[in-house]
Amino acid sequence: MMNRDINGEGRKFNRGEEEEEEDEDEESGRGRDAWERTYADERSWESLQEDESGLLRPIDNKALHHAQYRRRLRTATTAGIQKGLIRYLYIVIDLSRAAGEMDYKPSRMVVVARQVEAFIREFFDQNPLSQIGLVTLKDGVAQCLTDLGGSPESHIKALMGKLECSGDSSLQNGLDLVHDLLNQIPSYGHREVLILYSALSTCDPGDIMETIQKCKSAKIRCSIIGLSAELYICKYLCQETGGLYSVALDEPHLKELVLEHAPPPPAIAEFAIANLIKMGFPQRAAEGVISICSCHKEAKFGGGYTCPRCKARVCELPTECRICGLTLVSSPHLARSYHHLFPITPFDDVSPSITNIPHKLPKSCFGCQQSLLNPGNLPGPWVACPKCKQHFCLDCDIYIHESLHNCPGCESFKQSNSVTNMEV
Amino acid sequence: MSPPVPSKILTDDVSLLMVLIDSNPHFWSSIKPHFSFSKFLSHVLAFLNSILLLNQLNQVVVIATGINSCGYVFDSSSGSVSQRAESLLPKLEEFAENDESLSERDDDSGNGVGSSLLSGSLSMALCYIQRVFRSGPLHPQPRIICLHGSPDGPGQYVAIMNSIFSAQRSMVPIDSCVIGIQHSAFLQQASYITGGVYLKPQQLDGLFQYLATVFATDLHSRNFLQLPKPVGVDFRASCFCHKNTIDMGFICSVCLSIFCKHQKKCSTCGSIFGQAQTRDPSASQQRK
Repeated sequence: MMNRDINGEGRKFNRGEEEEEEDEDEESGRGRDAWERTYADERSWESLQEDESGLLRPIDNKALHHAQYRRRLRTATTAGIQKGLIRYLYIVIDLSRAAGEMDYKPSRMVVVARQVEAFIREFFDQNPLSQIGLVTLKDGVAQCLTDLGGSPESHIKALMGKLECSGDSSLQNGLDLVHDLLNQIPSYGHREVLILYSALSTCDPGDIMETIQKCKSAKIRCSIIGLSAELYICKYLCQETGGLYSVALDEPHLKELVLEHAPPPPAIAEFAIANLIKMGFPQRAAEGVISICSCHKEAKFGGGYTCPRCKARVCELPTECRICGLTLVSSPHLARSYHHLFPITPFDDVSPSITNIPHKLPKSCFGCQQSLLNPGNLPGPWVACPKCKQHFCLDCDIYIHESLHNCPGCESFKQSNSVTNMEV
Repeated sequence: MSPPVPSKILTDDVSLLMVLIDSNPHFWSSIKPHFSFSKFLSHVLAFLNSILLLNQLNQVVVIATGINSCGYVFDSSSGSVSQRAESLLPKLEEFAENDESLSERDDDSGNGVGSSLLSGSLSMALCYIQRVFRSGPLHPQPRIICLHGSPDGPGQYVAIMNSIFSAQRSMVPIDSCVIGIQHSAFLQQASYITGGVYLKPQQLDGLFQYLATVFATDLHSRNFLQLPKPVGVDFRASCFCHKNTIDMGFICSVCLSIFCKHQKKCSTCGSIFGQAQTRDPSASQQRK
């Protein structure tokens, strides 16, 4: 972490010097080639370390990566906490003058748009029953770019078509608009706002504290990711509404912060009223059937799904039937959220001690059969599942907890009491 | 680890095939018409050898799916010379004995044909595939084939769906070749979601022919072939109260449990519908 700060300050300081030396350079490349930029801007030599005798230590990316992942896991919530699975999220993007700054290459606006696109895809992957809407802050007003919807392509297309920045940003107008829009959603949904704020100030028509109290009483969870510096008003907003405030240091850090909001946050129990939502599970229509689909209003050949209530044809799931309004999903969509309800326990670090008898150590990782011994027969670091006691390498640990959500050891041994009672 | 090749010329058609063999003894002893496990293995071994012959760089890894455990029994790239598939037989025998000995401790007999631990071997196969992805930019194209016959175990539903979604994200197709008379809903969904092929051969005497014509081709060449299309994959859910398949139901907004009729209270998470929740972490009760 220290490194990052030094880098950030160093970078800004360098740029200050160069601005005096060279004139009218639009690109931050400043007349250098791309390969030179990686040395000048990223200062990769600063991450080298020396050991006790002064020799260079090889950069152990694996251990670093694993330590980062452990940190992420520790801050993540445990199984006992309820999560808000049906989310209605508005992404508010700051397109004011400050978004045209070029400290993020090519400009803050483009970098933010790129990260929002990746976020939207990841969001729908992890929360198939939720919906996203986009709002922009430009010229002191807030405009709704897309309505709440479940299709990633329409949001991304709308965003990429509207990338211009000008004027001031108004936090209060953005919050007012989102508050009015989120009032229309059903009571079982969790209301969330993610603001990507580049400016250092906000230009408001009234008292923003009132707006913040309004959002708090409407149970909207506001989170902000700042791109320039920490602002008190943003911190206050997030504290009041129970959201997360973070400031990005560079593009990879921004990506990490944005994707942190993809898995469902812990639900504050009083925020959403539990309800039974009526949903339909359409069957796939037989191949070779011709019908008019209700989403495109044209005749389609084969494929598609039939709404069980009104028998209209829809092209893809999940969606809302346009004729009768029934939410249509398939059972895999619900299954995508089950791992949030049944997360697996984090694995324990196993430190190889000198007193361990060599032949008692596990030779290979249970999951991928990779040898747990470094070259030279010295044991490297590995982890073990607290439940089934099987040993895994660090890479499998990251894969299992971030993507697979199943412990191969626990699944490969029949237990007398079943792990989960979920049955379909 | 891999056989020493002077220059790794990996073309489009090099594959890594993960084979998950169902070794459930209750299933194999009760299959009708009679098709013995050893006959089944002779077809499979011929198939695996033919994969290894198709391309010098092809790799085959076999994981056995038992009723009490799962384990690796063959890896064609281990050892200095590429192994023939027959060398899996002693390891498979050892695995089967170990698997049966584990079940003597449980008093689970008389349950009919139990299910085998498909979720375990799928998870292990996916971990191995991730290791191959990490080995560098030049790697064979991985895919998974399940040679399965045991009935689906409802307790594995969540784990199998997790594996399917992870395979979908890594773009690894899961092919299924179902032995016996019963279709497997889990494998149908797996093959449909990941873009693999699902097949239930009609005549098991010709199993090698089915395997060689449908499952042997690499992923790149599949674009040019007419392979069996998915027929009638049923994505409807079953209600938690009666286990009936329903096409319209009610979902609890807290825990996503499915019910067929309106209820006052969710039986899975205890949430009372229509009122704000109290502060107790009711979701934790589900794990018991």
